[in-house]
Amino acid sequence: MTKVLEVRNLSKVYGPGCMQCYESTGPEFGTNICPSCGSIVAAHDISFDLCKGEILGIMGESGSGKSTAVKTLFFDQEPTHGSARFYDSNKQHDLFSLNPAQKRNLRNHRFGMVYQNPSLGLNFNVSAGGNIAERLLMNDLRHYRQIRDRACELLSRTEVAIARVDEQPGNFSGGMQQRVQIAKALAINPPLLFLDEVTTGLDLSVQAAILDLILEIQQEFETAMIVVTHDLGVIRLLAGRTLVMKNGRVVEAGLTDQVIEDPQHAYTQQLVASAL
Amino acid sequence: MNTSEATQFGFLDEFAKKEIRRTVLKAIAIPGYQVPYSSREMPMGRGFGTGGLQLTLSIIGRGQTLKVIDQGSDDSVNAVNLRGFIESVCPSVNTTTNTADADLIQSRHRIPELALTENQVLVLQVPYPDPLVIVEPSEEKRKIMHGEADYSRLLVKLYEDIVHFDEVTISHRYPTCINGHYVIDPSPIPRYDVPKLDQSKALVLLGAGREKKIYAVPPFTDATPLVFDDQPFHIENFIDQDGQRRACQQCGSTESFLDEYMDAETQTLVFQCSDTDYCTRYLSSRNNGALHSNTELDNSAEAVELAND
Repeated sequence: MTKVLEVRNLSKVYGPGCMQCYESTGPEFGTNICPSCGSIVAAHDISFDLCKGEILGIMGESGSGKSTAVKTLFFDQEPTHGSARFYDSNKQHDLFSLNPAQKRNLRNHRFGMVYQNPSLGLNFNVSAGGNIAERLLMNDLRHYRQIRDRACELLSRTEVAIARVDEQPGNFSGGMQQRVQIAKALAINPPLLFLDEVTTGLDLSVQAAILDLILEIQQEFETAMIVVTHDLGVIRLLAGRTLVMKNGRVVEAGLTDQVIEDPQHAYTQQLVASAL
Repeated sequence: MNTSEATQFGFLDEFAKKEIRRTVLKAIAIPGYQVPYSSREMPMGRGFGTGGLQLTLSIIGRGQTLKVIDQGSDDSVNAVNLRGFIESVCPSVNTTTNTADADLIQSRHRIPELALTENQVLVLQVPYPDPLVIVEPSEEKRKIMHGEADYSRLLVKLYEDIVHFDEVTISHRYPTCINGHYVIDPSPIPRYDVPKLDQSKALVLLGAGREKKIYAVPPFTDATPLVFDDQPFHIENFIDQDGQRRACQQCGSTESFLDEYMDAETQTLVFQCSDTDYCTRYLSSRNNGALHSNTELDNSAEAVELAND
C-alpha cells in the first residue's frame, strides 16, 4: 500500500493558549475550553496515516474537532502544532512548512474539497460548467472544447443533467449542487479528496446516490479520501478505517467494523447504541 | 491661464516628477506590473485623465511636440482641455495634431492608426488598471493572483461568454498578457487596437490617476490577448450584411477603426474614421492623388480604383 498522507500530533487551539490547555481539556473533562485561559482546544494530538484508494472516516459530535482537522490539512486554517506529510507520486511535501504559494499550488493541483455548504465550494455567479472550468484552467488547460467536454463528462459522471451545464448552481436543488461540487473537486483527478459532511441535510435517496458516487469514484480513480461526518451510516458504508473524536481528542481509532461492532470507549458505545 | 515666470514648468514640482519618472522606470523594468505612485492632485477632477496628464507632464521636455487625442479625435472636449492646460504650463512645448510629428502622444480610448515609431511615446489614460477587479474585489488577493499569474478566473469569464454568446463579448479593455506574465487592462481601447501593443516600437505608458497606478508596455515586448487555444482573438471587422468591409463615409478608407452613429437629418447609419488625423490625411492624399492623375495618365486608373474603394 502506498502512503498518501501521514499526520502526526496535529493540534489546533483558538485563543491565546496556555500551559494548562491540553491537560485540562478533553473527554475526561467533558469540555474543550481551557478553564484557565479560555482558549478552545479544537483538536489535539491527532495522528493517522492514509493510503492510496483508502477512505478514512472521522466521526464525532458537532464541535468535536473533526472539521477543524480537515480544514488544517486543506490549508483553510493554520494548525497550532503537528506535522503532515503528503506523498505525491515521487515527491514528499511537509504540508505545514510550505510557503503560501506552494500551499495554493497543492490545493489547486493535488487536493479536492467538498464542503457541507455548496456555497463555500462553488461560485454561484458562474454556471456549473464554469465552476468546473475554473478548476481545469487553474491546471493550465487552455482549450475551450476540451474544457467543455471534460465538464460535461464530469457532470454526467455525477448524474447532473448535461442540459443544465450552463445554468447557475443557484437554480439547482441541494443534492444537485452537492454533485456539482463533487464534479468540480474531481475535475483534476486529485489523489487526495476531503469530504466534509457531504450528505448532511440531504434527503435519504439523494444521500444514497451521493454515497454510491463516492464509492464508485474511489474504485475508479483510487482516490484517497477523508470523510468527515456525524452520521454512523455514512461511516459504515464508506470508511475502511475510522477515528472517533470527542472534545478535540481521538478517543478511538481502528477498522470501521471493529469500532462499530465492538466499541471500546464509552462515548463510542453511546454513539453506536443511540444509532441502533 | 497666464504663464507667469513663477509657474513651474510642467505644473508638478520636481519631486513629484522625479517620483513619477522613477515609477515609470520600474514599470518598464517589470512589464505589465502595476506600480503604485502617489498621484498628485491636479486642477481637474480625477477621472478626467489625471493619470495620463501626470505622466505627460513628468516626461515631456522643452522643445518637444505633443499630440493629445480623445476617442481618436484631437478636437473633443477632453483632448482640447488637456492640450490647453499642458500648453499653458509647458510654455516651450509644441502641440500638433499630426501623429507622425509628435514625440509624445497622450490618448484616451484609442491608439493612432498610423504605426508609431521608436522615437515616440504613447501615454494612455486609464480608468481601471486592474483586469482582475471584475472577479476579485479584494486588492490584497488580486496582488497574490497577479504574482502567481493566476488568471484562471478571468478565463472563466471568457468561458461563460463563449457559452452564452458563442464569442467573447469584451469590446474594450481586453485583458492582455504582457511579456508572458502580468495581465493588464490596456485602458478602454477597442479590441481593434490591442494587436498594436504587441511588439510595439513605441513605449506605451499607462497611468491611472484615481487608482494611483502606472504600468507600461515597453517597446518590442509581447502583448498577447487572453484567449483559449481553440478560440482565436478577433478584432472588429466592420463587415456589412453583404460581406463588404465598410468604408469611412468621409475619406473612404477601409483600413481604419470606424465610429458608428446615426445621422440626425437622414436617419441613416453612418460610419466614419474614429482617428480624425488619419481621416484628414487619407482624404487629402486621395485628393492629391486625384489631382495628380489629371496630369499623369498612368496613375489615373489607380486613382479611380482608390476612389471606388
